[in-house]
Amino acid sequence: MPNITLIEAVNLAMASEMRRDPDVVVLGEDIGRNGGVFRATLGLLDEFGEGRVIDTPLAETLVAAMAIGLSTQGIKAVAEIQFSGFLYPCVDQVVNHAARYRNRTRGRLSCPLVIRAPNSGGIHAPEHHSESLETTFAQMPGLRVVCPSSPARAYGLLLAAIRDPDPVIFLEPTRLYRLFKQPVEDDGEALPLDSCFIDREGSDLTLVSWGAMMHDTRLVADQLAEEGISAEVIDIATLKPLDIDTILDSVAKTGRCVIVSESPRAGGWASEVAANLAEHGLLSLFAPVMRVAGYDTVMPLAQLERSYIPDTDRILREVRKLFEMAPK
Amino acid sequence: MVRGPGCARTPNAVKPLNHDSKATTRIATYEIFRTQYLNPDGSLIADPPAFAKDREQARAMYALMLRTRLFDKKAVALQRTGQLGTYAAVLGQEAIGVAIGHTLADDDVFIPGYREYAAQFARGVPMRSILQYWGGDERGMDYPAGTPAHHDFPLSVPIATQVPHAIGVAYAMKLRGEKRVVLASCGDGATSKGDFYEAVSSAKVWNLPIVFLISNNGWAISMPSHRQTGAQTFAQKGLAGGINGEQVDGNDVIATRAVLSAAIERARSGEGPSLVEALTYRLHDHTTADDARRYRPEAEVTAAWERCPVKRFKAYIEAQGFWNQADEDALIAEGTAAAEAASQEFLKLKPAAPESMFDHLYATLPKALEWQRDEVAARGPVGGHH
Repeated sequence: MPNITLIEAVNLAMASEMRRDPDVVVLGEDIGRNGGVFRATLGLLDEFGEGRVIDTPLAETLVAAMAIGLSTQGIKAVAEIQFSGFLYPCVDQVVNHAARYRNRTRGRLSCPLVIRAPNSGGIHAPEHHSESLETTFAQMPGLRVVCPSSPARAYGLLLAAIRDPDPVIFLEPTRLYRLFKQPVEDDGEALPLDSCFIDREGSDLTLVSWGAMMHDTRLVADQLAEEGISAEVIDIATLKPLDIDTILDSVAKTGRCVIVSESPRAGGWASEVAANLAEHGLLSLFAPVMRVAGYDTVMPLAQLERSYIPDTDRILREVRKLFEMAPK
Repeated sequence: MVRGPGCARTPNAVKPLNHDSKATTRIATYEIFRTQYLNPDGSLIADPPAFAKDREQARAMYALMLRTRLFDKKAVALQRTGQLGTYAAVLGQEAIGVAIGHTLADDDVFIPGYREYAAQFARGVPMRSILQYWGGDERGMDYPAGTPAHHDFPLSVPIATQVPHAIGVAYAMKLRGEKRVVLASCGDGATSKGDFYEAVSSAKVWNLPIVFLISNNGWAISMPSHRQTGAQTFAQKGLAGGINGEQVDGNDVIATRAVLSAAIERARSGEGPSLVEALTYRLHDHTTADDARRYRPEAEVTAAWERCPVKRFKAYIEAQGFWNQADEDALIAEGTAAAEAASQEFLKLKPAAPESMFDHLYATLPKALEWQRDEVAARGPVGGHH
């Protein structure tokens, strides 16, 4: 089984599905000869040709709108937006059209498309290249929002996203693109959407996260294990629609929960998880649900981004508070 | 300079920034053409195309135009009597929809704005569906299976955002080697938006089979068309994208059909996209929620009635001996009855079940939303009808 990085897994999933399904096309800026700025589409032009690997003009609204037009005709369009900060011009198209055509036409037209974009910070990129946009889309009815956290999940979830009959916003964790490798078999097996993954089981604490922050969350669980604290780690993976049952089941067992999110705190997806725990899980809790999140500031440029992005120290600080309030 | 809304815009004279004639040379020149066959009184300016000399085709075009006007009148009356929501009337612009309806092939794809009812009727949208849409019922966008409308796009209210969908639809056709065409329409106000430009700018990159149609009805709610742009015409916006851009008298159904037909055949034969600016006039308020007297001189509207497309084409077919008063009386009776029947059908419809708001949100309702659907279903209908 080949050992590959997350970005290679993204590439593998697209190539694999394009071989399997002639109706899959990819489109975006610099995705052809250049192979995409992160090289996610490397080799696709040579293998599948200009018809199915579409280098577009430099126009993000067009990329989203074109994907919509293609998908209404049964072409499974996988669009790339170069950086998360450039997703904003797509919001009108995605929200007013991609997420609505099925509903507006009572199923006559639909948009089986994927919009992929690098998401979140930590790679010392220029301004507008490091934002975390998952909540922006997760609030929108009719969409799926998926944030993979490992090469294997990127491969399996992207296959599922391409095969899904509805629009999927697929936000890839930029700083995990090449951080570590994992054995990934190109077996064409999709992973389930709309389900959390229990990354590891535990009994004292539930740590919930998604995307890039899963890496720090896993490191925290490792550290806690050394201290004799057993943390259950949940990777939400599909933020919308949210599989709250898996999280509730875990908290029913552990009684403590910390949610880790890179996107801004106020009104973020961590808040949505916390609100659900307050409504449906309160009686299981020994201590308040804590959020560790990006601050409600503009995403700082590279020099200060480490102060913005939650890290193991910030996560551990909240975990310690819980065990002070409610000792094991 | 203060210009009245109906005034012609200033010609865009182009002079080089650098006057050194040795250093600066002309590398391109452009022309904009306008086509018109009928004078406002219905007399001919030039020998018309064959379809206009064909008695049955001419009668069918006129019938669709007048039926649309009678429908429009009924829809406004329904709104004024509290039986329909806000409605966008097509009064004065009917010829454009007729031309589209008589030009697109069945398997072409129409991506409308929201005033092309005549085209939608021609392609199989029931009048009832348009009333349902403005009456607040999504089922009004479920156009019947077995009609060309079934694969068309629904009305689009966000301005210009539907236009770039044509790029994807046409790309799909080209990728599959189909000889189909996409017609995407919008208004003059839509040409100010980036979505419009991104579509027009990119269509020629892939030489896509698209016709962009701008219905320039003089007004974007309260803003006259000369306040949208300093360009002399909207047609020339096509030239910036490297595609054919022309004007046509959009109140002359013969000219509009002739020009659209040529643009569609160009696209079908692989010659790529075109842009057509159809000059028309919005005789009604923007919608029934608008009062154009706040911003638009009555004299301009009175003058515009002289260019009415229905009156113009009627005079033409009468002069050709294709139409007489008995035909007119019969059509008015039949069209009025059809609009009334659509109205009755619409008014008798029961609202959809409240939980139907979940039916087409996703192909399969996600588990996370099941309890919300169940709650809505258990609560049952809330509030009034229509």
